Amino acid sequence: MTIDIIFKLILIASIFGLSLVTAMYSTLAERKFAGFFQDRLGPDRAGPYGLFQPLADGLKLLTKEEIIPESANTFLFLAGPSLAMLTACMTSAVIPWGTYIEVDGHKLPLQVADINVGILFVFGVVSLGVYGVMIGGWASNNKFSLLGAIRGASQNISYEISMGLSIIALVMITGSLSMREITDQQSGFHGMNWYVIKQPLGFLIFLICSFAETNRTPFDLPECETELVGGYHTEYSSMKLGFYLFAEYINMFISSAVMATLYFGGYNFPFMHDLGLSQNVVAMLGVGALFIKILLFIFFFMWVRWTVPRFRYDQLMRLGWQVLIPLAILNIIITGGVVLFFQ
Amino acid sequence: MKSLTNRSKLVVNKQMTFMERIYLPVIAKGMLVTLKHFFRKSVTIRYPEVKRLFAAAYRGLHVLKKDENGAERCTACGLCALSCPAEAITMTAAERQPGEEHLYKEEKYASMYEINMLRCIFCGLCEEACPKEAIFLTNEELAPSVYDRKDLIFGKDKLVEKEHNPNGKVRGGGPLTERLYHG
Ligand code: SF4
Ligand code: SF4
Repeated sequence: MTIDIIFKLILIASIFGLSLVTAMYSTLAERKFAGFFQDRLGPDRAGPYGLFQPLADGLKLLTKEEIIPESANTFLFLAGPSLAMLTACMTSAVIPWGTYIEVDGHKLPLQVADINVGILFVFGVVSLGVYGVMIGGWASNNKFSLLGAIRGASQNISYEISMGLSIIALVMITGSLSMREITDQQSGFHGMNWYVIKQPLGFLIFLICSFAETNRTPFDLPECETELVGGYHTEYSSMKLGFYLFAEYINMFISSAVMATLYFGGYNFPFMHDLGLSQNVVAMLGVGALFIKILLFIFFFMWVRWTVPRFRYDQLMRLGWQVLIPLAILNIIITGGVVLFFQ
Repeated sequence: MKSLTNRSKLVVNKQMTFMERIYLPVIAKGMLVTLKHFFRKSVTIRYPEVKRLFAAAYRGLHVLKKDENGAERCTACGLCALSCPAEAITMTAAERQPGEEHLYKEEKYASMYEINMLRCIFCGLCEEACPKEAIFLTNEELAPSVYDRKDLIFGKDKLVEKEHNPNGKVRGGGPLTERLYHG
């Protein structure tokens, strides 16, 4: 029993650390890739290849002057970024990072909490995330912030619907809401029975929606600089601003993890059961495989960001309500038909 | 109405085709373009380590030339100061003493010669005015940035070249295409 608890604590700490480090270096990767996509070099002065740049950025944000506007609601003004950060870190609890490792005959699953409604939990926490944006934008008492916050809220709500609908089609196949079970179901056919093959349309919808949920280009309307100064974080400075920006990168990391888990087999990798390796080695390789998938998704997020310009607000809403939701419902109907047919 | 430049375009409110309206094909096309750029060599010149050569005709920092014996060419005639539209040049003349022939080419020389780089507009008129081919604007260096404005009044210590250099400096020098960067 104690070994379980100790292991869980270690797991929580390492997942927390890992998401922070990944998010930290995503900021560097973002700037580097932006450079590469534009035939530039990106930041390369802080340390070899600019590897210390995130530390320098963090230090800069920490030492900047903190300004709380006089007319802002101080409590909510502080609650905004904290909430954004908190919800960003919470989702990682239900993601299965690997199968299990065996220590002294104990089976220790590489997942903090295998709750049987894992997907619902993810959705709940993700929808909480919008409160960080909303509260922060409202508490700033600034028109630009408020507009950004309203945009963020309406955008998240619109896209959550199609995201949920695309997941329903997936759940119809899996018959389970537990992330671990969904991952395990994808281990068939030499670990390549990925749901993206059975649910290409569902994955596409989910992918588009996760761009909207993480407020990234082409759906970064809540913070579009050209119209709204800084959007909901216009009034924020110092590390509070850092929290908002950082939460965005953690969100990106988490949505990549969710997509990799639900549609790309999670910790399953080709021929994982045919190599004849011991359970612990396979588990570790699985964690590596999941991370490679996650990093590829993060790269994809950035690739899209530096390619596609921002949508106009009416285009965004039309895409969400008139295209994605009908498509998602169509996907449910088709999936239902196919499931019935094969029964 | 006839346009002035022949370059004006009529605005058309073109409807998007179906392929464009479903976005994905065009986005995929755009992403291929950016991916190509991702692997392309970057055009950045890493500045302090690598410097880009100025154009041959560039007017940069001044230099006071010496002749082939290492004697200063300037005779303190004051024509450069007179021609200078920014009134950036000032000097004091002195008479060459016997035994100083290896230092100064002419019988009169500038004991003090200053260019105020804050005033100078790098027009190159001083170079054109000089009858002795003593002052030139190099195409190699810019006036540096400093913390104190006083440091931008350049005296002879900074202006006179260290030793005779027949082809160094002098604008209109070597071709630029040969070697674009030196570092
Ligand atoms: S370059 Fe022009 S402005 Fe500068 S010192 Fe010569 S004449 Fe004067
Ligand atoms: S630099 Fe030329 S123009 Fe100026 S004082 Fe000397 S000789 Fe005369």
